Amino acid sequence: MEIYLDNSATTRVFPEVAEFMTKIMCEDYGNPSSMHHMGVEAEKYVRQAREIFAKILKCESKNIYFTSGGTESDNLAIIGATESMKRRGKHLITTSIEHPAVINTMKHLEQEGYEVTFLPVDKSGVVRMDELEKAITDETILISTMHINNEIGSVQPIDEIGKIIKQKNPDALFHVDAVQGFGKIPLYPKKAGIDLMSMSSHKIHGPKGVGALYVGDGVRLKPITFGGGQQDGLRSGTENVPGIAGMALAAKMLYENVTSEAEKLYELKERLIFGALQTEGVSVNGIDPGTDLQGTEHESLRNAVKSAISGTAPHIVSLSFEGVRAEVLLHALEDRGIYVSAGSACSTHKPEPSATLKSIGLDKSLLDSTLRFSMSEFTTPFEIDETVKALGEIVPMLRRFTRR
Amino acid sequence: MSRNFNLKNKPEHNTESRIMNKEIFKDFLIKYAEIGIKGKNRYLFEDALIAHIQSALSRVEGKFSVYKTPGRIFVSALEEFDFDETVDAIKHVFGVAGICPIIRLEKGDPEDLKKSTVEYMHKMYEDDLSCTFKVFARRESKNYPLDSMQINAVVGEVILGEFPNLKVDVHHPDMIVYVEVRDHIYLYSEIIPGPGGMPVGTGGHAMLLLSGGIDSPVAGYMIAKRGVSLDAVYFHAPPYTSERALQKVVDLAKIISKYTGPIKLHVINFTDIQLAIYEKCPHDELTIIMRRYMMRIAQHLAEECGALALVTGESVGQVASQTLASLGCTNEVTDLPVLRPLIAFDKQDIVEISEKIGTYETSILPYEDCCTIFVAKHPVTKPLRKVIERHEGNLSEVIDDLLKAAYETERIIEI
Repeated sequence: MEIYLDNSATTRVFPEVAEFMTKIMCEDYGNPSSMHHMGVEAEKYVRQAREIFAKILKCESKNIYFTSGGTESDNLAIIGATESMKRRGKHLITTSIEHPAVINTMKHLEQEGYEVTFLPVDKSGVVRMDELEKAITDETILISTMHINNEIGSVQPIDEIGKIIKQKNPDALFHVDAVQGFGKIPLYPKKAGIDLMSMSSHKIHGPKGVGALYVGDGVRLKPITFGGGQQDGLRSGTENVPGIAGMALAAKMLYENVTSEAEKLYELKERLIFGALQTEGVSVNGIDPGTDLQGTEHESLRNAVKSAISGTAPHIVSLSFEGVRAEVLLHALEDRGIYVSAGSACSTHKPEPSATLKSIGLDKSLLDSTLRFSMSEFTTPFEIDETVKALGEIVPMLRRFTRR
Repeated sequence: MSRNFNLKNKPEHNTESRIMNKEIFKDFLIKYAEIGIKGKNRYLFEDALIAHIQSALSRVEGKFSVYKTPGRIFVSALEEFDFDETVDAIKHVFGVAGICPIIRLEKGDPEDLKKSTVEYMHKMYEDDLSCTFKVFARRESKNYPLDSMQINAVVGEVILGEFPNLKVDVHHPDMIVYVEVRDHIYLYSEIIPGPGGMPVGTGGHAMLLLSGGIDSPVAGYMIAKRGVSLDAVYFHAPPYTSERALQKVVDLAKIISKYTGPIKLHVINFTDIQLAIYEKCPHDELTIIMRRYMMRIAQHLAEECGALALVTGESVGQVASQTLASLGCTNEVTDLPVLRPLIAFDKQDIVEISEKIGTYETSILPYEDCCTIFVAKHPVTKPLRKVIERHEGNLSEVIDDLLKAAYETERIIEI
């Protein structure tokens, strides 16, 4: 049995996507820059991919650039924007719960002489709008926030943030790291006032090593890589044609019924949380801390869970297990074929506790006792029930053996 | 550019970097130290050394012939080869004291020798080479017109004539030009230090208790250096220790196997024994009791594979389980000798060796090993054997089954 609940780390590639990519690699392997027919054919795939993204994001093809993944998209957006705006100001704003691709890019710019404000979040992992408003000045050139947090599944109010930025400083650019949200909660950059938006392929059942960046009309970016001048000179390098085409196909498949899929995922999320709470000493992160989920009656607990998760990411569940070490629980679940993640898998084997969990004020004793369960279209209610059952057996057993 | 050498070309000084022309060499003379004094068993040691050099060179591109003449082992390249790669491979073979890149000359007459020496020196060194030197000749084969004193004089003179900045110093020369007269004449002036020690396998076989830490790989390296071949045992404790922790131990074993030769790594699932100790014994004695069972299991495996000793990375006082009282307590459960090569080493000294042999970077990867998962805040430092034995008695009903089950989990990974 294999129950894969680590879809925020990466996802299984849709078989249709793999097949499509194989065909492109073996048959239509031309270089889009070549002048001959093979090149034209290859270019067609890239163009089609752009059109698919344009349709999904309700923008123009020319707004879409392809990169090597979410990390490069974030880097290109943030460094590319600051480089082109550095004469206007030196102030950047981001949040304290960003992915390392943003946090570490910001820290790099800090060393280069920029001033960076890291906005705090409330206990449910959402940026406070009054703090944002206070932080924006005339000197601010870029605000970067994530859409869905990768560790706890909190969702930032992107529309509202967009509005505040346009009110306070219409010249400042708004970048959204939508790596976790893309394919889950639709976001339309133009409508939301977004200037730059990062997306990744392997989180949406596409291949690894490819991503996309939305660049709004009139937004000037300086390139961060140099070469043959592909993609308007913004991102040199031969396009990863099979990767780009595969990613676009995956996106297309996901967005065909994104709303009903999200509903399905919310039901699974509710099922998992409700089930996990049947074991004592389990708490949920990334929800409104005001909701009392402890010791409630059955039916009312179900309703409480349902209302607590509304407005959060449909696919990410962060649970803390009192008195249990996350890594041990992870391996014990692994023994039963259940794959989850401790904190965030993207921060490979770092001994220091997660910055996100610290930022939401999680009790110190729970920092090392928190697991992330992340679901996908492939996840079934049966798998969730098996996971709940395993937790109910393993957690009390592990509590018998703890460091004294 | 003038060169001033402070280094003597003795094995302990690495003068490899001053070799200018590596292309001129096709042969190496291998110096070995202690083997020379092993009396009638000497051939055993020499043959083992030859076999190990052959095996090390099998991983290098090119064909080589490794052979011995009385008192000397030679490596000859039979086709194109990479000098650095070859030397590096031989540097990993215990028993090698020094690697001398040599020029092999037909005996001919002394005029030929003078000519060849001058040619060699010009290829090796800048014309303004500035240091002290002497010529050191040995004549093993007496059918040569000059004796060693005469060779020293004649060869020294031509070198002086060609290199005006050289000075002779027979007592403390910066450089020695060796001329060995045997079936051929061998000429060399640089000695690249080898690791020393004894050829692995000539000192018997031992069982290394290998964890993922810094110490145990170094302990294995040091014992192997004394000619002992190794099996290793790793105690795996899923779900408390991860697959990556096991992979780390496999990686460490691979690194030291470059020196020690093939290692059989025995992986034993230790979780249930650990949990039983946790439940039934006083918590501050957990580590000491756990280590006693590790020793017992290691002894059992050692007997099965013909190992005559256990090897650990313990060092006096490093942690609670390595006080003299604790060491005595873990020692008494085995009647095999327990070799602790690091026993008097400071941590920093151990770290230095681990950096030198290339295990340090892997050792410090942050995966928990089974020794630390349940460690008590205040473990006993002066365990009394009688008390420990009594508390171990709490396990008497279950331990035989647990040990049997643990042996059944044994996996052997061939490194």
